[in-house]
Amino acid sequence: MADTILLIALVLAAGAVLLAVLRLLRGPTAADRAVALDVMTLVFVPGMVALAVFSGRKIYLDVALVYGVLSFLGVMSLARYFDRGI
Amino acid sequence: MWPRSFEQPDVRPDEERSLRPFICLSAGLLALWLTLTWSLDPQEVATGLVVSLVVASVARSAVHSVTGCPGSILRRVAWSLAYIPYLLRAIIAANIDVARRVVNPALPIRPGIVKVRTNLESPLGRLFLTSSITLTPGTLTVETSGRELYIHWIDVEADGIEEASERIVRGFERYLERIFG
Amino acid sequence: MVAWDVIGALVTLAGSVFLLLGAIGVARMPDLYNRMQAGTKATTLGNLLTLTGLGILMPSWLPKILLIAVFVLVTNPISSHALARAAHAAGIPLAKGSVKDALDHDREAR
Repeated sequence: MADTILLIALVLAAGAVLLAVLRLLRGPTAADRAVALDVMTLVFVPGMVALAVFSGRKIYLDVALVYGVLSFLGVMSLARYFDRGI
Repeated sequence: MWPRSFEQPDVRPDEERSLRPFICLSAGLLALWLTLTWSLDPQEVATGLVVSLVVASVARSAVHSVTGCPGSILRRVAWSLAYIPYLLRAIIAANIDVARRVVNPALPIRPGIVKVRTNLESPLGRLFLTSSITLTPGTLTVETSGRELYIHWIDVEADGIEEASERIVRGFERYLERIFG
Repeated sequence: MVAWDVIGALVTLAGSVFLLLGAIGVARMPDLYNRMQAGTKATTLGNLLTLTGLGILMPSWLPKILLIAVFVLVTNPISSHALARAAHAAGIPLAKGSVKDALDHDREAR
């Protein structure tokens, strides 16, 4: 029962990633692509946590946390770049 | 690191040399460390203590303008605890509202950028206010300048500054002005 | 404890529904700012719910998983604000149907 529900959740999350990829490809501006990447991050973080839960390896939680940190830094530096160049 | 708008222009010089912000920052970092490691092993605690002292001494000058030890801690903690469910409820309600607009084939939005005014004095309070506004879908802080915030609103319901502030800002402000004074 | 598993899975499912709705918003909305409204932020609730659901499935890890959720909750508005601000300063326009732009108006007045 729980497994079936989680499988449906996985399919929905995959759909979300596909839609974000669509926006990533279509743009039209670099900032739009940054938004698409940000959405993908928000899907991948729980994805990594799910991986940790199902593989039983707690270390993957740290991977998810560091991924979140790096994505935040990435968006911040992109914003800075749009604002006034590197 | 922060967007420019969050930086506070007037640095109080008497606090710059005081130890209080340094101690507060190290205590906060140590608390974060202990949550992350989730153990009270002496070695872990010692490492955390050293690392947080070093980080706090390096980062103090950058951070101290927005932090500061709260005075009457208990009252503030109580209001902070009350703020969490309020914020969560606002996020959920707004999420459902935006989700409804997104799946509607007609895409019923009336977007625009409106100007609102906040009564909050403390920079940290303003940081929480702009973050809370941005976290609630439907409103997004685009620019701040002193008391004035420019907010992208997905469905502009009120045009004037007073009305828009009433709708967007006042609810959060009621809590934040008691937390940050 | 089959019941807890099902509850955790249902919370995760609810979260992924919001993730999908947010992504639909990103694909459908007419301009950058509206995409941020629907996308980066409608997905924060999805993020919060999926993480909580997974935490219920693995209760001993709940504190750490909630810490990840809080981290996302704290950093996401800051990066969204920075991005929107930079985009507006760089002159990315609002969609055609937009009602007003008080910021643009004030900038010109200066």
